Amino acid sequence: MTLGLSAEAWAAVGLSLKVSFWAVLLSLPLGIATAYLLARGRFPGRQLLNGLVHLPLILPPVVTGYLLLLTFGRRGVVGAFLYDTFGIGFAFHWTGAALAAAIMAFPLMVRSIRLSIEAVDPGLEQAAATLGASRLRVFGTVTLPLVLPGILAGTILAFAKAMGEFGATITFVSNIPGQTQTLPSAVYAFLQVPGAEGSAIRLVVISVVIAMSALVASEWLARRMARQRGAT
Amino acid sequence: MSLSVELTHRRDGFTLQAGFESPDGVTALFGHSGAGKTTVVQAVAGLLQPDAGRIAVGDWVLQDSATGHWLPPHRRRVGYVFQDGRLFPHMSVGRNLDYGRRMNRRARDPAQERRVLDMLGIEPLLDRHPAGLSGGEQQRVAIGRALLSTPRLLLLDEPLAALDAARKEEILPYLERLRDEARIPILYVSHSMAEVARLATHVVVLREGQVLRSGSASQVLSDPATVPALGPQEAGALLAVRVEQHHEDGLTTLATSAGTLLLLGVAAPPGTRLRVRIPAHEVILALEPPKGISALNILPARVLALRPGDGAGMMVQLESGTDRLLARITKRSALALGLEPGRECHAIVKSVAFARSDIGAGGAV
Repeated sequence: MTLGLSAEAWAAVGLSLKVSFWAVLLSLPLGIATAYLLARGRFPGRQLLNGLVHLPLILPPVVTGYLLLLTFGRRGVVGAFLYDTFGIGFAFHWTGAALAAAIMAFPLMVRSIRLSIEAVDPGLEQAAATLGASRLRVFGTVTLPLVLPGILAGTILAFAKAMGEFGATITFVSNIPGQTQTLPSAVYAFLQVPGAEGSAIRLVVISVVIAMSALVASEWLARRMARQRGAT
Repeated sequence: MSLSVELTHRRDGFTLQAGFESPDGVTALFGHSGAGKTTVVQAVAGLLQPDAGRIAVGDWVLQDSATGHWLPPHRRRVGYVFQDGRLFPHMSVGRNLDYGRRMNRRARDPAQERRVLDMLGIEPLLDRHPAGLSGGEQQRVAIGRALLSTPRLLLLDEPLAALDAARKEEILPYLERLRDEARIPILYVSHSMAEVARLATHVVVLREGQVLRSGSASQVLSDPATVPALGPQEAGALLAVRVEQHHEDGLTTLATSAGTLLLLGVAAPPGTRLRVRIPAHEVILALEPPKGISALNILPARVLALRPGDGAGMMVQLESGTDRLLARITKRSALALGLEPGRECHAIVKSVAFARSDIGAGGAV
């Protein structure tokens, strides 16, 4: 079943799914921690952290991509260290695409989770503390279960953003078919070739199907959670 | 075991400086909003760190600013029942009740669970979720949840304030049982005189961050000095009585230390000890035993003290047998009768002056 798509195009779809999956999975714990800090923390520099988290949202993606290249490229400060020490390279590699997607999706993820943490009544957390729960266990048994719908929404949003990331990715890891060519990069590449619009359109349809499926799945999960908590 | 509190806390121009002892039984922390009640309770629970002070339950020291000792809330073993219940919405009633045990990693205690479920009548609710419970049911579960965390002290922060009158009446009997069965000090925050009169064995009256009066419920409630903090409409003494006899016309004879009272609507069997609140504005004073009067209750009394109010009112403290009474009359009447400390008189109360909520079960006063 190729749906009239070349192996190269299918590779782009697979790579996008892989890149988005790892980008979201690995940034989720950090996203929850950051959201909690921003929602509940009272420390100097909170506004600075808030600004940093939101930076990828307001910077041109090309700029973010270039900054990533400067930092995580083979000769970048962090990139050189990671490559020499752990053998992890980002430049022109799919892990770089995942890093770019994670950073671009991070503000959306944090925002959604933060809003749902702020909606949790601190009184419930106080009640849990008086019943003998340490701060960590209050978080695990009360805060986290109550913000699960928000985490789910943030995850889906981040996944969608990661699937669609283009500017920072192409700047950071270029557009190498089979290696760093994600779904949007492939659509872009097809549009550059005369007569390849058909392939581009098929890819567009696939990306719409993936996005819609994610949305429907999250709606279904959210409704199931609400029912479990329901009035019965 | 008793709770001892000694606190100083300054915040936004408000200074709380309160010290009191709260023995086993229910100590009512009474005062108008802004008097500092909630600050005290939060400090005891560790949800607020006061500037200075010492809080201890027996020899279990929760905080001592002299040594820098401060236990975080989850190590205090203080059961806290909040005004708004605060049940966990994502857990069933059963899991809510079990939460304290799980957090403290203790083994199940089926006997204790049975006692609490029976006392509060919450067994039929176990599989339900908080969202499906009435306000009264939620509060009963919240009380059970606090009790099952095996606390050394129970804090009830206006647990009935969010409920309507019918729901209050539904829960008060459970609280009376709690008072008589729990072997730990209970600190009960309220601004409702009716609740305090029903439940309290001790009363601490807070006013503008200071302890105005502290002592046994009957002592404090019959003290004219507490009237400004209670409001003249709320003032009234507490009487310990025993049920003597039910009559066919619906009245019941109750024995006091100085005579008998006839009241309506008492269901408790003869021999039962009750507490009755007599609102000060329902008491009439006469120098001679009145004749040809419809009021059924006439108690011999002696004037202990007089306290003029801001307006035309006068609060008279009386001694009747070993009980204390409060009567609110006008300054003009006090003058006309020549009332002064030591003066013998008669206190007259109509049987219908007692509301259902003024009559409570048992407990020392």
